[in-house]
Order: sequence, then C-alpha cells, then structure tokens
Amino acid sequence: MVMRKLVVVAVVSFSAGLAVASFAGFREFIPGLLEGALVTIQITLAGAVVAVICATVAGLAKMYAPWPLRWLAVVYIELFRGTSALVQLFWLFFVLPLFGVTLAPMTVAIAALGLNIGAYGAEVVRGAVAAVPRGQWEATTALNMSRTQALRRIILPQAFVAMIPPWGNLFIELLKSTALVSLITISDLAFRAQQMNQTTFRTLEIFTIVLVIYLAIASIITVGMRALEQKAVGAMVRGRGH
Amino acid sequence: MTVQPMVKFDGVTKRYGALTVLDSLDLEIMPGEKVAVIGPSGSGKTTVLRMLMTLEKINDGVIWVDGEPLTHMHKDGRLVLADAAHLRRMRGKIGMVFQHFNLFPHMSALKNCMEAPVTVLKLSKEEARARAVELLEMVGLADKLDHYPAQLSGGQQQRVAIARALAMRPKVMLFDEVTSALDPELVGEVLNVIRRLGSELDLTMLMVTHQMGFAREFADRVCFFYGGKIAEQGPPEQIFGQAQNERTRQFLSACLEAI
Repeated sequence: MVMRKLVVVAVVSFSAGLAVASFAGFREFIPGLLEGALVTIQITLAGAVVAVICATVAGLAKMYAPWPLRWLAVVYIELFRGTSALVQLFWLFFVLPLFGVTLAPMTVAIAALGLNIGAYGAEVVRGAVAAVPRGQWEATTALNMSRTQALRRIILPQAFVAMIPPWGNLFIELLKSTALVSLITISDLAFRAQQMNQTTFRTLEIFTIVLVIYLAIASIITVGMRALEQKAVGAMVRGRGH
Repeated sequence: MTVQPMVKFDGVTKRYGALTVLDSLDLEIMPGEKVAVIGPSGSGKTTVLRMLMTLEKINDGVIWVDGEPLTHMHKDGRLVLADAAHLRRMRGKIGMVFQHFNLFPHMSALKNCMEAPVTVLKLSKEEARARAVELLEMVGLADKLDHYPAQLSGGQQQRVAIARALAMRPKVMLFDEVTSALDPELVGEVLNVIRRLGSELDLTMLMVTHQMGFAREFADRVCFFYGGKIAEQGPPEQIFGQAQNERTRQFLSACLEAI
C-alpha cells in the first residue's frame, strides 16, 4: 500500500515538474493570446447572428417564396456550400476592391463566415420546418390562419427545437473557421499564436494554450446550446408522460 | 321561400393521378342537419371532408357553402377557381376535427383555443380567453386549461380539439373519424361531447365515422360511400334497418361481425 502511494506521488510530481519545466514562462503568452481570443469570440458571435438570419431567410425562401426569390436562395446556398470558406474570404477581401468596394477586414470576416455557415444553416432550417407533421399545417388551415401566421405561430416554434442541436454543430464549425481570418490581417487568436511563434519559437507552449482556448470556447457553445435545448423541449412538452 | 342548403357538392370530382377518389359527387346538406358518412376505406369519405375544408384542390365541379361558392368565386359573371383571399373568407364558416387531434404541442389547452380567435378573428386576449374557457368547460375540461397536449389523454386532447374548432364559431363542423385513434374506453367521452353540441348548438355537422351505433342514434341522415360515389343514403332507420343496396348490406354485416 505504502509502496503504491509512493509510486503515485513520484509519477505525479515527475509529470508536474515536467509540465512546469516545459511551460515555464508560459504566462507571458497568455495576455496576448487572450486579446486574440476576444477577437475570435467577437467574430464568432457576430458571424453566428449573420448565419442565423441568412439561414432562416434562405431556408424559408427556398421552401415558400415565389420562384425568383426561391431561385436566389438556392443559388446562395449552393454557392456558399460549394466553395471553400477561405476562397470566399479572399474573394470578399481582395476581389471586391477591384470592383470599387472596399470593406473593413472585420466586416469581411463576419460577412464571409456568416454567409458560409448560413448556407449550411439554411438546410438545417428547411429540414426542421419540413419535419413538422403535416397535420399541424392542416390544423392551421382548418382554423383559417394565413400561411404566414401558421409559420410564425405554429410551425417555426416547433421546428426551432429540432434546429438547436445542428446549430450547435454549426456554431462550433464557425468558431473553428474563424482561424482563417488571420489570413486577411485580423489579429485573432490564430494570428497572435503564429506571430508569437515566429518571434519566440515556443511552439509547444503557444499552440497548446491556443488549443485549450479554442476547446474552452467550443465547450461553452456546447453547454449553452444544450441548456437552450433543454429549456425549449421543456416548454414544448411540459410534463411528458404525466 | 325555400331554405337553401348549407353545403352543396355539385358534380365534385377529385383525382389523384389516375385514381378517381370522388366521382362527380352531388350532395346537399341542410342547415342544422347532421349527416354521417360511412363506407369502406378508400371509398372517398374522408376526401369529402378534406375538400370541404379546402385541404385538397378540386378537379371538377363546385362546392357551395351557405349559398356562396367555396372552391370558386364569381368573376366577370363566371365562376373561376377561388383565390387565397376568397378561400380565407369562406373557410371561416367551416371547422374541422381530425382523427389525430393535431393540437399545437407547444401551447396549453387554453392557448390552443385562443390562438386562432386572436390571430385570425382579431379578438382581444380577454374576449378570446373568455370564449375558450367557456368552450373548454362545455367539453368538460375546465380543470385542464393550463395542461399541455402531452399531459392529456387522447380523449381529452380530442375534446380540446373540438373546443378549438368551435372557438372560431363555424356554421359547419366536420368530424373526420374523431374516435378512431382513441383507446376504446375513451370513445364515449368524445361522443358525449358531440351529442351535446348536436343538442345545444345550431350547427350543421358532417361526420365520417366507424361508430355505427353512434351514427344510427345521432345522425339525421346516413350516406354510404362506395367507389367515390354515394351508393345509398337515407335516414338511419332505413340504412341500418332495410338497406336496398347490396354493397351497403355487405358493409354493415362486415361491421357487425367486427363487434
């Protein structure tokens, strides 16, 4: 018993010592990286807002709008799903100025990533709305509700619950794709890491910290979305099973 | 002055591809009349209700409700297919209760009954609430106002659905196999509510049912559907007592065997 305890203590102190030795001075990187993380979080949040709006508009337009709008929605969805996010980012940042439209880097970042994730989100919205049983639509017709009233009051609230888990995935996708904005001069987390790495060559520490920060943000998204889902399901079927 | 029918099917045909579900159907229902529609599955009986609720498009013929065309409208002296605005104006005269209730799962019983009166009829919340409470009391659910559909039994859900339809004050009520999805012991409570509507409200009722006993006791007239047409119709005593049509007799004896 004593031997075993001693072995455990030895192993733990050795690992701790190793960690401290290799991460000695890692604190000096943290303020800079956290500043970068703040930019990453800003782009993720604003991009998520853009994505949800684009997805809802495009998803519903693809299902219910008259044909020119429907066609437009399809083009948007296919264009942004079918090309790489990096190319979209570069196109908005380097090509648009050739047509006389120059946008701030942050605007480009939020717009490009929001539009990109929104294109995937449009299919999430469409799928969730289509999954609401037909009987719900028929009930709204029998109650003489208009299609807009039905959609807003009856169909979307039910579809919303089904959308939450796939949106959680997309928000994490969005968070990870923000690393691309480092390529259009934005000092996000990935940009800061690369910059520090080039000057200090403390690759292990820097990229391990960055890894942990990304993971932490993603975990917050996961936990937040799960809480939202529980709340929404709770509101939907209170006391299921009596 | 002659009383005009509340509902009139005039040569109504409904096809799904090559399949003719309703074949040039003529049917008149007088105000306050209670008509039971019976027949084997696939005979078109549910389609009659769905056409009247405008859930299906018409292929041929015209449906009239309360003296006005439902599926069509007058334009330049001719009847043309109804547009959305005309349908919305006419649809308010009709209410429907479904086999699978189709309650809104994210709303309490009370909210289910208030939703359309507020959004469609533009009643104030107070008015809609008073109306919903009164109707839920009438169907025996005064103590379940704040329950969600998932917290109610099938029979209770169907009674909420009846109250919800009545809250729109329709002139015609359609019941589409409203007890078919219920456990046997819950059928009675729903039928009792329908009996009550029959005696207390001045409603025209059209019901598709497999409850032969109920049809016999409740309906003024029974229509037996076969192959998209009315094969035979008449007062319940005639249909259940001395049916003329061979198909009717076969169907009814098959129903009896099931019991």
